[in-house]
Amino acid sequence: MKSPSFETETAAESNGEPLLQIQDLHIWYELKRFGFGHAGYVRAVDGVTFDLAQGTAIACVGESGCGKSSLMKAIMGLHMPTEGDVVFDDTSLSKTRGDDLRRYRAKIGYIQQDPFGALPPFMTVRQILEEPMIINGVSDKTERMDRIGKVLREVKLTPIADVLPKYPHMLSGGQQQRVVIARAMVMDPKLLVADEPVSMLDASVRVEILRLLRKLQETHNLAVIYITHDLSTVRYFSEYIFVMYAGEIVEFARMDDLLKNPQHPYTLALLEASADPDAKNALTYREVPKGEPPSLVNPPTGCRFHPRCPEFMPGVCDEKVPPSFLTDEEHLVKCWLFE
Amino acid sequence: MHGQNDVVLKVRDLRLYFQTRRGVVQAVDGVDFDLPQNEATVIIGESGCGKTSLAKAILRLLPRNVARYDGEILLSGENIMGLDDESYRREIRWKRISMVPQAAMNALNPVLRIGDQVAEPAIVHMGMDKEEALKSAVRMFEHVGVPVDFLHRYAFELSGGMRQRAALAMSLVTLPDLVILDEPTSALDVLTQANIMNLLKRMKKELETSFILITHDVATSSELADNVAVMYAGQIVEVSDARRFFTAPLHPYSYALMASVPRLRETIEPDFITGQPPSLLDPPTGCRFKDRCKYRFDKCDEDPPMYVQDGERKVRCWLYEDGFVGGLQGKVSQDEITVL
Repeated sequence: MKSPSFETETAAESNGEPLLQIQDLHIWYELKRFGFGHAGYVRAVDGVTFDLAQGTAIACVGESGCGKSSLMKAIMGLHMPTEGDVVFDDTSLSKTRGDDLRRYRAKIGYIQQDPFGALPPFMTVRQILEEPMIINGVSDKTERMDRIGKVLREVKLTPIADVLPKYPHMLSGGQQQRVVIARAMVMDPKLLVADEPVSMLDASVRVEILRLLRKLQETHNLAVIYITHDLSTVRYFSEYIFVMYAGEIVEFARMDDLLKNPQHPYTLALLEASADPDAKNALTYREVPKGEPPSLVNPPTGCRFHPRCPEFMPGVCDEKVPPSFLTDEEHLVKCWLFE
Repeated sequence: MHGQNDVVLKVRDLRLYFQTRRGVVQAVDGVDFDLPQNEATVIIGESGCGKTSLAKAILRLLPRNVARYDGEILLSGENIMGLDDESYRREIRWKRISMVPQAAMNALNPVLRIGDQVAEPAIVHMGMDKEEALKSAVRMFEHVGVPVDFLHRYAFELSGGMRQRAALAMSLVTLPDLVILDEPTSALDVLTQANIMNLLKRMKKELETSFILITHDVATSSELADNVAVMYAGQIVEVSDARRFFTAPLHPYSYALMASVPRLRETIEPDFITGQPPSLLDPPTGCRFKDRCKYRFDKCDEDPPMYVQDGERKVRCWLYEDGFVGGLQGKVSQDEITVL
């Protein structure tokens, strides 16, 4: 079945083509028995389709194991699609190999979740920021230093001369994350992939880093994919949002639309489970769907959420795979309730 | 057993300093608080403020480089600081105070069955034989909602949420008076987090246990808190009941921390705290928050005492020297306070 396309309306008013197109993407990992016999597939991403325009931020929300990391790795060209395709800046990933793949990756910046783990402990900030440029053939040393100065000013790591000779362990968590962001920006990418960029940071600096990312996105007209499991941070960040469950997109909408009018039962459960600080929270229990996310080797038939769904309709949800229904302008829900 | 308002744990002027090559780190510096029976106290603070060290100081789980460790810890009236290490291990640790360490779900032994691990504290600390201990493990599994046949599984066969429950069962199996939970939900998904918080609320009702919950996450802390203690740079700067704390905190740091939390249901813009906490190697004299504080004035160069204000709330800030006027002494408009 061909799923309808999720498109961001702002799609490149200039040339008509969105910057990034994910077309019915499948990423399956093969399971081996005794090292060679075939034993099935882990369907980490199973038929994901959406477009992302230049200068737009999109949030991807889902629990661990829902396939969001596999999706991001495919976008960055670290996994090859099993089926379907990723088209980024007019380059089709499935047809790209070798040096072309390196050039493809250079246009995408990646911001890791754990800044300390993402920075090599034996390299200084200067070496860390210089490395991507050396790999990608920026051979002029003064140009490299110019670019490093520029990105460090942009991420507000000043005075630059003090920061450059430092090793990662000499910086605070927030400063480390700024180095990671600077490294992602140093090749002047068109797309930033931010994988839970603030979840390891203290509450007091989270907002600061999110604002910094937002500012970079606006000044450079970047496309940003913001991956998170924390719904309370997304509203400060992105125009669009999609919710993933068991390898599929279950709901796609504009940010404010999704927060005001969530529709898929899984999205409702996620919203219900997220707390705002309030002493009343201690007095009540939260409603949480029973069970745990399904195995991706052998996902449930029909709707993948049906074994946990409070709205489960026997004979429908467990038998037929729901298509994505358009319930509102730019609001798609993969659920039989909205037939 | 104890009455509702008994104090199970009383901590007075607790200090824990570490000797390092660069000097003495004052990780816990004169901490006072009371923990009422069958209530949960949340200790909120940023990383490096000494909250985990405080937990370790209470449980006397100390590394070798301790430079100073003194103060009073009264457990149901008995000063347990006076006990020698061996009787502390026999009588207090795990029997009366237990702990779920940070990332406990990854701390389970991979080569032991879950059931044996959960039963072990009962064998070691309560002197039960194995059969008896396994029975109490089964009871505890039922309490925390782990299927009983998981007793025979290994840690890697369980999901993160189930492992966290098993770690919790392990801390409760000896029916201690007090359980210290160090960041119990920070590595979990939202739905699992909500599940574990539901479970803790139920545990608090069903068992007569008291909890200390250590966290940096203000939003989830409100799920369990009866009382809140805010820690900053090795000191407790505010102690308050949860109801008043979450509507109008007293200390400027608590206020800034609350304002930095992104909200899902309200459209206020969160704010961040500029600067960084001071180094605990050589903390500044006077108020430790003064360099980041919007309300700093001359007096802040002197060490602020703990003021008792507005009922039984405590706050370490010079703004409250002349009595209580309102949250942050009216320096914040009422509108700003009500959005919190």
